[in-house]
Amino acid sequence: MDIVKCTKVTKTYRQDTVVVRALSGASLSIQEGGFVAIAGPSGSGKTTLLNIIGGLDYADSGRVVVDGNVLTDMSQSALAHLRLHKVGFVFQAYNLIPVLSALENVEFVMLLQGVPPAERRERAKAILDDVGLGGMYDRRPAELSGGQQQRVAVARSIVSNPSIVLADEPTANLDSKTGASLLEIMQEMNEKKGVTFIFSTHDKMVMDYARRLIYLRDGRIVEDKIRNG
Amino acid sequence: MFFQLGWRNIWRNRRRTLVILTAVVIGVWSMIFLSSLMRGVADQFVSNGIKTLTGHIQVHHTGYREDPVVENSIKNPAGVEAVLTAVLPPEAQWAPRVRVNAVASNARHSTGITMVGIDPSREAGVSFIGEAITEGRYLKSDDPYGIVVGKALVKKFETKVGRKLVLMSQDTEGETASRAFRIVGVYRAEMQATEKQFAFVSMPAAQQMLNLSHGISEVAVLLAEHGQAMQVANTLRAELSADEYEVNTWQELLPMGSAIMKIYDWFIFIWFLVVFIAMGFGIVNTTLMAVFERVREFGLLKALGMKPWWIVKEVLIESFCLLILGMVIGNAAGFVSVLAISRTGIDLSALAAGMEYWGMSRVIYPHILGQDVMMANLVVFILGLVVSLYPAIKASRFTPVEALAHT
Ligand SMILES: Nc1ncnc2c1ncn2[C@@H]1O[C@H](COP(=O)(O)OP(=O)(O)OP(=O)(O)O)[C@@H](O)[C@H]1O
Ligand SMILES: [Mg+2]
Repeated sequence: MDIVKCTKVTKTYRQDTVVVRALSGASLSIQEGGFVAIAGPSGSGKTTLLNIIGGLDYADSGRVVVDGNVLTDMSQSALAHLRLHKVGFVFQAYNLIPVLSALENVEFVMLLQGVPPAERRERAKAILDDVGLGGMYDRRPAELSGGQQQRVAVARSIVSNPSIVLADEPTANLDSKTGASLLEIMQEMNEKKGVTFIFSTHDKMVMDYARRLIYLRDGRIVEDKIRNG
Repeated sequence: MFFQLGWRNIWRNRRRTLVILTAVVIGVWSMIFLSSLMRGVADQFVSNGIKTLTGHIQVHHTGYREDPVVENSIKNPAGVEAVLTAVLPPEAQWAPRVRVNAVASNARHSTGITMVGIDPSREAGVSFIGEAITEGRYLKSDDPYGIVVGKALVKKFETKVGRKLVLMSQDTEGETASRAFRIVGVYRAEMQATEKQFAFVSMPAAQQMLNLSHGISEVAVLLAEHGQAMQVANTLRAELSADEYEVNTWQELLPMGSAIMKIYDWFIFIWFLVVFIAMGFGIVNTTLMAVFERVREFGLLKALGMKPWWIVKEVLIESFCLLILGMVIGNAAGFVSVLAISRTGIDLSALAAGMEYWGMSRVIYPHILGQDVMMANLVVFILGLVVSLYPAIKASRFTPVEALAHT
């Protein structure tokens, strides 16, 4: 089953008199359980595409369907609801709320969803254990390394069993070794929980983890290949 | 957790938080402290007036207030006294008086005064004079020639207890009446003007001198509380013939007192406004700064699916925490500082000469009014939240895409 389906999506940014075509008719389908990388040079439209799939931004034309929801027809507040319940996000940096501990950061999304406190706590601890942060529940983001912070972000993004997790250059601020171990954790979560991961990257090493690799250039999909092993 | 989040967020920038907190504390404290002082001044003004022969209610013969001459006196007080005994609440006290303008003189000096003929024991329950004697003794009920005068008059007349003082006035026939008294006691009052104005003699002495037989000028009534005057006066008016008697409350007898109280209400209101405007600008500015420093964070919260309304709530909770904290400290400081001066009062004797003109006391005792404290807190709290609404709405408007691109 296709968890994400984009059809001829376009997006244009206007800055003063300059018109930039960030996406010019991108179409793609992603199956449930996928582990997909979106690659391409800087300015090719990776972030734009992920934002549109995640319901953070509207496409100018075309159609985007996520887990049966037609995003292109939805209101702002319906999109907020969808993001809260169906989409997990991992950003490049500043993913966490600085005044909350690792555990509280993970709990926060469940709080917004209305999960009861005891269950919230239990699930947050379990997922932090899963990403290898067992002993660090009470650390604030400033007391964690960059790699650990990104792992908390991954834990938060999957804790409420979303339909998809979108990660925009999650390793861009990490050294290659830490980046690799983050990817391993994402891969493990993908296999263990069956959550679909879509992540963007410039990094060849990161691309190697993907089971499917989509290349963007000038807002168009120029290559789409299934990799094995 | 929203409260935890709010609480921790306000401590992210300690200095800024302390600035807002100081503003709120000073605001609440000054509102409580100053309003209690102003209430104290107004109270004392009224209490002084009431104690200095005004009382809460006065009954006169119709016409006396316009033309206070002996002809306008109550010829037969028995009727009024019967009504008073029947109608007044049990805690109330009343005293009859003869009151005329007179000239006092001794060998060297002479001056205009007000001669007050009193029933000494009844008068002691109504006005200050019963407890004000500092030299000599108080009057006896049938003292034929005894007179009690103020310290200031004694000084001015270069006289003392035991010496003679002659009073001159007009009797009921329009003839000059005079009588030689002997000073038996000297009193002190809150104000020198009072000491110079009033000379007290016994009721029979005054009546005899003025040829009044049993007539009196007025009855003064003292009630348990200032606030009862209007109601009791109305009851009296219903019982006493309006053709013959005039009944007035202290508000009517001391128009300055009520006016001052009204002016103080405005003072307090304006002060609240000033404090609030200063504080309001402080809160808006600092909160706005705090919000713009955290654009990215609000973007993140929105990306995670937080609705705009939740973000408004989040920012308001931060203001709420600050306001509550500031109010707790401000109220505590207010009450402590009022308590600290409530025993000794604030001594204004240095300014007393000037202040006396306005009928103020030498020492001001603060008076905390529940209504003022509530007003102060309500003003700070509600308006504090209202002005935070602007930054809060700003924060909720950041779109996640722009906010996340923001560095
Ligand atoms: N808010 C914006 N306003 C104007 N132009 C924008 C905006 N966001 C993106 N663009 C432009 O749209 C194009 C696609 O941008 P996008 O961020 O999607 O690229 P990207 O592939 O994520 O690049 P990078 O690898 O540098 O992150 C770029 O040319 C960019 O300059
Ligand atoms: Mg990008």
